[in-house]
Amino acid sequence: MTVRVSRRALLGGGLAAGAGLAVGFRLPGRTARAQGAGVFAPSQWLRIDRDGLVTITNSVPEMGQGALTTTAMIIADELDADWGSIRVEQAPADPRRYANPVTGRQSYGGSRGVRDHIQMWRRAGAAAREMLKRAAAEAWGVPLEAVETEPGVVVHRPSGRRLPYGQLVDRARELPVPQAPRLKTPDQFRYIGKMVHRRDAPEKVNGRGIYGVDVQVPGMLVASIERCPVFGGTLKSFDATAAKAVPGVRHVVQVSHGVAVVADGFWQAVQGRKALRVDWDEGPVARVSSPLISRGYAALATRPGRVARDDGAAERALAAGGRVHEAVYEVPFLDHACMEPMNATAHVTPEACVVWAPTQNPGGSQAVAARLTGLPPAKVTVHTTLLGGGFGRRGEVDFVVDAVETSKAVGAPVKLMWTREDDITHGFYRPSTYNVFRAALDADGRPAAWWNRIVGPGILIQKGMAPAGGVDGAAVAGARDIPYTIPNVRVEWTLKDFGIPVGFWRSVGASQNAFITESFVDELAHLAGKDPFEYRRALLGGSPRHKGVLELAAARADWGTPPPSGRARGIAVAFSYGSYVAHVAEVSLAPAGVVRVHRLVAAIDCGIAVNPDQVRAQMEGGAVYALTAALYGEITLERGRVQQSNFHDYPMLRIDGMPVVEVHILDSGAAPGGLGEPGVPTVAPAVCHAIFALAGRRVRRLPLTREGLAKA
Amino acid sequence: MLTLVVNGQSRQVDAPPEMPLLWVLRERLRLTGTKYGCGVALCGACTVHLDGQPIRSCVTPVSAAVGRRVTTIEGLSARTDHPVQRAWIELDVPQCGYCQSGQILSAAALLARTPAPTDADIDDAMGGNLCRCGTYQRIRAAIHRAAALARGRAR
Repeated sequence: MTVRVSRRALLGGGLAAGAGLAVGFRLPGRTARAQGAGVFAPSQWLRIDRDGLVTITNSVPEMGQGALTTTAMIIADELDADWGSIRVEQAPADPRRYANPVTGRQSYGGSRGVRDHIQMWRRAGAAAREMLKRAAAEAWGVPLEAVETEPGVVVHRPSGRRLPYGQLVDRARELPVPQAPRLKTPDQFRYIGKMVHRRDAPEKVNGRGIYGVDVQVPGMLVASIERCPVFGGTLKSFDATAAKAVPGVRHVVQVSHGVAVVADGFWQAVQGRKALRVDWDEGPVARVSSPLISRGYAALATRPGRVARDDGAAERALAAGGRVHEAVYEVPFLDHACMEPMNATAHVTPEACVVWAPTQNPGGSQAVAARLTGLPPAKVTVHTTLLGGGFGRRGEVDFVVDAVETSKAVGAPVKLMWTREDDITHGFYRPSTYNVFRAALDADGRPAAWWNRIVGPGILIQKGMAPAGGVDGAAVAGARDIPYTIPNVRVEWTLKDFGIPVGFWRSVGASQNAFITESFVDELAHLAGKDPFEYRRALLGGSPRHKGVLELAAARADWGTPPPSGRARGIAVAFSYGSYVAHVAEVSLAPAGVVRVHRLVAAIDCGIAVNPDQVRAQMEGGAVYALTAALYGEITLERGRVQQSNFHDYPMLRIDGMPVVEVHILDSGAAPGGLGEPGVPTVAPAVCHAIFALAGRRVRRLPLTREGLAKA
Repeated sequence: MLTLVVNGQSRQVDAPPEMPLLWVLRERLRLTGTKYGCGVALCGACTVHLDGQPIRSCVTPVSAAVGRRVTTIEGLSARTDHPVQRAWIELDVPQCGYCQSGQILSAAALLARTPAPTDADIDDAMGGNLCRCGTYQRIRAAIHRAAALARGRAR
């Protein structure tokens, strides 16, 4: 059973589904022989054949962040491989060999691709290079110290002798794998820190890249599931008579998430769904609508919450009087809306299960397929295809469940596809929250006390990843760790979960908490009569990396000089997922009050920038993701149903709304931080602060459409 | 049996006339470069050329394509060397890449009728193509670059 992958895609550096195997790296004293003759495979991360072709196994799913390129850059750098002799394949699900060494799971979120793996990958590359050098030194009878490498070649300068890696394969594979190889110093990097083109660009501009929806398996059927419109609802009964009469429909079967119509093609499956008659027990969430949620949050916000941080005595400082300011901020549920709707392909037989999925979570996909089929994980193969967007949505495994159950039920390979409407109405949403702030200003206008109570659902708690009685770390990220020096800080969090599924949405807690906290800081700066940049800067003495990006963004945005006529600037700074980011937004308001973002100046300190142009790309993309949310993003509920369904009522930023995005990388030399997520949090507050500077209007609720500040 | 001309080749397809061209291309002809994104002509991921004009294949019945020339991303160039594709690679436009087939076909159609487009021309022609990864800034730059490549001014 193979995915239809073109030879070009395989050789062109693209995604090779059904990746090969290599031996374990961490087994002490092991040599690199297990792969078989003619192949040098010192670890699961790379192998070299006699032709000198270097195959690098990338474990991080390619969801747009450039993992196929960046992973290869890191390994190839320490290996000193020739960039033109590399191919990259995607790792199979096998947590024993490919798990993230920090999390221990083969699941990818939290912008962890580079930062959690770079040391391990560097060691893998360096170990292989050391073995190749030793092999050449032995062949020449010279000391190891006398040889060095050029890309793909070991050289002995005194004699001018050279041996390409491919010719050292048979000798190198007999050597022990060094467990503590010497790594390059940064000045020796050949690829890391340089501009390297994306390896996957060709297959993404000629249509040959294989995403989940493109998987073809012989004998495959295509299915689509009719789901209960209300979260948590269950199936009472269904009548498939009319659906089965639709030409091309082969089976109608009940699965965990609804009724699957299985057909010759997707269009026929959707026609079949339209002909289904289904009776649902909608369950308790059918009573939940957005106004009820807002009222529920607001009522709880008057009562004490769980203490997330309590430094000093904030409540006493507030009670002491002086200038006290209070504000309430609200943010909505948001859907990920990956361009590729959810899907997966599965082939379940009594002996084995094969899954092809655009997943951020190969390990979780394997585990859930094993559970559903009763097979041991070793009998479950998971091929990770290209992902048409991830943003956290594809860390869930609901669509894998759909495919595995449906294939098992009909006894055939099944590609299970969601419609866009399924995708928007059955997501795992960024939580909506209700947030109260109070602050007391001292005589100089600096905050003497900061008090913040957040009410909303907890992603980690809802998923059983954190104790139900505690503070959900994802809910308070960016709020309990505000970077400002304030003597009295109290942050509380109150769990209120109405049964709406929530999930990790690009930058997670920071996506809303940077907006609310930075906006409240902006309010305090205004109250104090201070410049918003200078006000923040003065409070960032204990947070030098925040201060660094704040100053860089301000400088590059010409903060000290007036903006072009009719425009104003706003600024914000935040930390998320290992990186520090500041944005300056330059904004105008059309006569009708509609916001136009002209320019976004971003400064990021992500430590070592492995591929600087892809750092810029992630910041450009983060800006669009964040602007879409700030301008338009809102999932609302009516009787337990999501009211949005497609891009007409859940709109996205289009090219005509694209501001100029300038990205400035602050080279701190620190260990790498994340990149996929950190570009999001500070965009909305920077834009809203510019609106305040322009119009004196404080935006305390998103999206801007709801405030009449953007076209719906 | 319907006869289509896809990427210069005559193809016989047994499909209901109302079936959207998208699914004929993807599932019958196995031309999966054309993507499904919304099904209602809101995102542009399914863009193909019909007699050189960009259309949304998700809402175009296959019957409407009979007797006309259909060009998909697979047929835009034989060697991934259409000026738009070259510019896209040069500027590393794609991120996840899912929308890019549609973006590229919209851009190629724009350049065919407007060889030196302004930013306003680009906004107008590309406004129907969503990119959730946010590659718009590079798309804009790459269209200008492709225009230069097509005019032969590129070094």
